[in-house]
Amino acid sequence: MEHPTSPKGEYFQRDRTMHPPALTPHYKTSVTRSHKNALLSLQNSLSEITGPVFGHNELGALDNDLIRNYAHGGDPIGERIIVHGRVLDEAGRPQPNALLEFWQANAGGRYRHKKDTYLAPIDPNFGGCGRTLSDENGYYMFRTIKPGPYPWRNFVNNWRPAHIHFSIFGPAFAQRLITQMYFEGDPLIWSCPIVRGIPDDDAIRQLIAPLDLNASIPIDTLAYKFDIVLRGRRSTMFENRLEGN
Amino acid sequence: MVQPLDYLRETASQTAGPYVHIGLIPKQAGFDIFENQLGDTMLTPETKGERITIKGHVFDSTGTPLRDVLLEIWQANADGRYNHPDDTQGKPLDETFRGWGRTGSHFETGLYTFKTIKPGAVRGRHTHTMAPHINVWIVARGINIGLNTRMYFSDETEANAKDPVLNLIELEKRRETLIAQRSERDGEVIYTFDIHLQGDNETVFLDI
Repeated sequence: MEHPTSPKGEYFQRDRTMHPPALTPHYKTSVTRSHKNALLSLQNSLSEITGPVFGHNELGALDNDLIRNYAHGGDPIGERIIVHGRVLDEAGRPQPNALLEFWQANAGGRYRHKKDTYLAPIDPNFGGCGRTLSDENGYYMFRTIKPGPYPWRNFVNNWRPAHIHFSIFGPAFAQRLITQMYFEGDPLIWSCPIVRGIPDDDAIRQLIAPLDLNASIPIDTLAYKFDIVLRGRRSTMFENRLEGN
Repeated sequence: MVQPLDYLRETASQTAGPYVHIGLIPKQAGFDIFENQLGDTMLTPETKGERITIKGHVFDSTGTPLRDVLLEIWQANADGRYNHPDDTQGKPLDETFRGWGRTGSHFETGLYTFKTIKPGAVRGRHTHTMAPHINVWIVARGINIGLNTRMYFSDETEANAKDPVLNLIELEKRRETLIAQRSERDGEVIYTFDIHLQGDNETVFLDI
């Protein structure tokens, strides 16, 4: 019988106990936007194991430098940081050429978005978005300003911890993921209803990037390390090596 | 204690939040920053296939259209081949068609639009053929993990009846939630595909 997705193997089933469920009432917006019926479980077909392929020629030279990519004759205000890490899959394999896109508030906690009316000022030299591709070993990096925390209308006194949003494209549409990176030492992390929507504390800790002084640039830029794990994949199926699949 | 299997664990999902446009479609957020706007063009004049427009709304449980939702679609070309190295069906590749698109719903009306081509049928598992379909992924504020679904075509009744995924849905009434309705207006072929996150007509979402 023909292997359904030959020659490459399928992706591991997503472990949904590690992800926030659709309905998390303490994050109030989820109440009207969560599905009530069970998801339909689907085995991988070509529709799931394939996905868009991106190349370096599609990205601009400053796309991974948020300090420079929207500067209008000055530097953005705030703490200069490098964010770096690896994109791996659940089997520990590096994911090369993964497209990473990121967006964030400025140092005062305000987004450059029509709908953000928080009283912190817009920074004229900071756009707040960037993108990059992981290299052949799965490594990625970008430079930015540490975002500020900000209040939001969920409960009266809710503040979001400082965070950077990440969108990640691995090789398959089944791996598509959006998440948020938090910063080591931020006291707001454990009181945030969005963070606490994740039922597993270890899964939350996996979103908290540690300070990485060895990757910092002295008298210039601090660094944080954030590794990202996408869904794993069974290897190419060989009839004489079934144990390797 | 047994030995650990040593698998890593997938990074947990978080909501894309209300400002997803900044990162993924900054033009809609109100500023221009990237030379290359990924995802806003699916077609070139050379792309093979029937031109179609997909339009619709994403509704919450109160019947209100989401005005801050971001959608991505992924589809095969007119011959039913995905532009990806792991598609080994041996069908022709259309170099002018990546097959991926991204858009945000309109900030006032909540209407979303894709201009693309109608895909061909794709091989499914084992000996099945899947009816022409488009893979859809939705993120927004209040959606904790991106929602996967599929859009099928109302003028493919015969192929839809044999589709292995549609047939997994036990309640026939719910299969209808994945079928976009075809109409023609001034020579434009429009498929209307509304998505309901919750409620009586809740769309079938997939754990892929």
